[in-house]
Amino acid sequence: MRALYLMLVAVGYTMGLVSPAAAADESTVASAPYVTAVAELREASYSRKAEIVRNLAELRHPGTRELLAALLEGNVYSRTSDGKVFIVAPVPAGYALTDPLSGKGAGTEPETGFEKVGINNALRRVIRGALAQFDLSSPDKGVRLAAVKEMLRSFEDGANAPAAGIAMSLLDTQLKKERDAAVKHEIETGLALASLGDGSPARRLAAIDALGSSLNPEVYNRLVTLSDPSGESDVNVRLAAARAVRHIEAWRNFYGVMEMLFFGLSLGSVLVLAATGLAITFGVMGVINMAHGELMMIGAYTAYVMQQLLPSAVGTSIVLAVPGAFLVAGLVGVLMERFIVRYLYGRPLETLLATFGVSLILQQLARDIFSANNRPVESPSWMAGSLQINDALSITYSRLVIVLFALAVFALLQLILRRTRLGLEVRAVAQNRAMAKAMGVRTGWVDALTFGLGAGIAGIAGVALSQLTNVGPNLGQSYIVDSFMVVVFGGVGNLWGTLIGGVSLGVANKILEPYAGAVLGKVLLLVCLILFIQRRPRGLFPQKGRAAEG
Amino acid sequence: MKQLPNRENRRRSAGRWRVLARAVPLVCGLAAAAVASAADTIKVGVLHSLSGTMAISETTLKDTVLMLIDEQNKHGGLLGKQLEAVVVDPASNWPLFAEKAAQLLEKDHVAVVFGCWTSVSRKSVLPVFEKDNGLLFYPVQYEGEESSKNVIYTGAAPNQQAIPAVDYLMKEVGVKRWVLAGTDYVYPRTTNKILAAYLSAKGVKDADIMINYTPFGHSDWQSIVAQIKKFGSAGKKTAVVSTINGDANVPFYKELANQKISAEDIPVVAFSVGEEELAGLDTKPLVGHLAAWNYFMSVDTPANKEWIKKWHTFIKKDQRTFNDPMEAHVIGFNLWVKAVQKAGSVDTAKVIAALPGLETPNLTGGVAKVLPNHHITKPVYIGEVRADGQFDIVWKSPGLVPGDAWSDYLPGSKDIEADWVSLQCGNYNTKTRTCSGQNYK
Repeated sequence: MRALYLMLVAVGYTMGLVSPAAAADESTVASAPYVTAVAELREASYSRKAEIVRNLAELRHPGTRELLAALLEGNVYSRTSDGKVFIVAPVPAGYALTDPLSGKGAGTEPETGFEKVGINNALRRVIRGALAQFDLSSPDKGVRLAAVKEMLRSFEDGANAPAAGIAMSLLDTQLKKERDAAVKHEIETGLALASLGDGSPARRLAAIDALGSSLNPEVYNRLVTLSDPSGESDVNVRLAAARAVRHIEAWRNFYGVMEMLFFGLSLGSVLVLAATGLAITFGVMGVINMAHGELMMIGAYTAYVMQQLLPSAVGTSIVLAVPGAFLVAGLVGVLMERFIVRYLYGRPLETLLATFGVSLILQQLARDIFSANNRPVESPSWMAGSLQINDALSITYSRLVIVLFALAVFALLQLILRRTRLGLEVRAVAQNRAMAKAMGVRTGWVDALTFGLGAGIAGIAGVALSQLTNVGPNLGQSYIVDSFMVVVFGGVGNLWGTLIGGVSLGVANKILEPYAGAVLGKVLLLVCLILFIQRRPRGLFPQKGRAAEG
Repeated sequence: MKQLPNRENRRRSAGRWRVLARAVPLVCGLAAAAVASAADTIKVGVLHSLSGTMAISETTLKDTVLMLIDEQNKHGGLLGKQLEAVVVDPASNWPLFAEKAAQLLEKDHVAVVFGCWTSVSRKSVLPVFEKDNGLLFYPVQYEGEESSKNVIYTGAAPNQQAIPAVDYLMKEVGVKRWVLAGTDYVYPRTTNKILAAYLSAKGVKDADIMINYTPFGHSDWQSIVAQIKKFGSAGKKTAVVSTINGDANVPFYKELANQKISAEDIPVVAFSVGEEELAGLDTKPLVGHLAAWNYFMSVDTPANKEWIKKWHTFIKKDQRTFNDPMEAHVIGFNLWVKAVQKAGSVDTAKVIAALPGLETPNLTGGVAKVLPNHHITKPVYIGEVRADGQFDIVWKSPGLVPGDAWSDYLPGSKDIEADWVSLQCGNYNTKTRTCSGQNYK
């Protein structure tokens, strides 16, 4: 929807640049119906406005496209002093006015003397339909495709037969001159859909043939009606429709499963991100860090602060927030280790209580600095919207980015642990502290850095979470239990176990959710997990050999 | 015990006397001050969470009451006395609400309490108010099915918010298929029960109603939104009626935008999302979604404009929003002031007897009148979200709607009536002609 919207705006601008010149000589001949229709916009009810918009679209005055686009944007105002309608653009001095009749600028006036021409949802849809008729002849095939889809939706509205008739004839003409295969296919689907209601059974059969592999939900609904005796009198048409319905259903189910798996993968990747930091502090070092969630919270607030510092560059600020959050949360982690945790090694109960205290302190700090209210973190444009694979399957970009991001963070961490000196020392200390010390490893130093690394990764996870959920003082609490669950399930001390454990918990959750509901699904998952831990207390991938003896 | 040397002993007792001599006037002074203040001021209790999960919504309500008290004191107070606020923090902890309520009524002896947000907190303080014969003004829309002698409900009952919103969608938007999505607790569950009964009374089939509950703070909405999308693609106009509360709304709306479900395809009408909630949100993808309330900040009346100006001066910040429950406190406070003036006393029994029938103007036009069932009359508005986080009003009820305590659409509550004037009962069964006590099951 957003992409379409941007396109419309883009086209609006280009048309806007073109139309004043074109309108210059036509301004004097703005037809009388056009003038009255524009003047009437101010006072009309919503349903009357919808009629006016349709009339305007039919009149095809050169300025119509621009006027309708502005109306959709909420940029059409009427002057209270004389009731004249203008297209406005906010500028520092007030509103820069454009006269929709002549297409010429009409100066700048302060905001106070103007009243907005309001629109509602139903009207928005009518305007989009009208704009689509203009966009059908756009040189950009993406805009044409979007326009065709928009016009197909006007068939759904049913109630509005004349508009559908106009759309049909426009599509028919476009089909003859259309070169692009995708657009052509979309038009043919639309026309076939329309001829499903045709009087002759032969035409209906042909239409069913043409639509047999379409995943469009509208097509499916119509075919279901046609396969039923109450909706169709001809036996052959009924059988053909039933066959097509079975075929489409099989594909819909297939894509339904694919979608569910992707949802599971994306939930799993969030769990992995949240748990990876913990897998280091808890899994490798054996510290039960109850403040892990708050380290994520710190990362999320870093993203917020970064966005406040760079308000105009949303994308850049999020990218910069990743190293920023790593450093800030990592620093907090190192301080925690140096001043608290290191005095408590080997005493898990005290560590648990002390870190829980730290988590409360950090939460209250967040409340004092940023207030108890949630802070909005905007998403960059490349994370909005979704990748439409076909009518039955689409993948949202935000989730896709998070999946890839989780994998990248995981790979980087593996690289650090396997390929760097720090990684070697971390593993050495985790396996045998005394021996490592004897070999000249500064274990205290390594402990601090390892804890910092785990905390930093929690911070990075916080940046990712800021794109999915609320940034507030309670952010960490909702993820701490899940994080421990993943680490314990995957096997303490095993990073690969965390990856597999997180993804499989995510997928299992998403498989259960549609059947059991969100609340019961989670309960069932926990019960399964408890049973699993009863059978295998060391998780999916228990550590073997000397490392296991700790 | 070992006897202290004499000298030592004397010095100690002398010291003790000196301390006492200093303390006595101080204590007397304090006592006098206490007596004086008890005589000079009327205490007003404020029972709203200032910390914990509900602090986001309730803190502004406390500010509203403080402002109202401040205004009243500037105009000479009440019955010749100044008003004094007693603010307590029940910390979003439901049992603590009851404790703090008892403290306000039994220790501070407040004349009236303004407080509570969630239904569970109201249910928790209810026995305290009934035992101590206190008076509570409750400002939030709720699920109904209750009428207490000691509570004035200034928020909307279901027939003042949920039912008109569903009517609007059915008649004006032409919605045929319904998703009732809510957070898993008492208010959404009861409201959805009423709505489901109402819809089936209007001839909507069960197959066209989808009910979904999620836990508080739910953040992974992918599959539920996909389910809604699928449910909405069955060829009939579909709408979501949302009783989702609190934080969970943000990721919910984000996911709707990401899966390209716009308000034109599947509009969402929310009962718990107002200006305050939108203030923490990127509202651009939400444009066109709906909310039903009895007050919107954008309603263009002189009284409303003047009030918002006063609010901004009081709170010293121009961006602060004003919302429906805050207006409910304004109405409740004005009604209480009028009742006290009418009764000539702050005595709870007299004030409660004086309240039914009293009227005060709403900020958005019309009057709020206290009904015998302790609910009030309210206008109903439906607004579409604008890009700036305010609402465009797209529908307004033709007149004022009287609040109905017991829903007419639930089998158990159809025959129940609340009337504290002639029947002296909050749940009178018109069939069996009995008043069965407060806790209706």
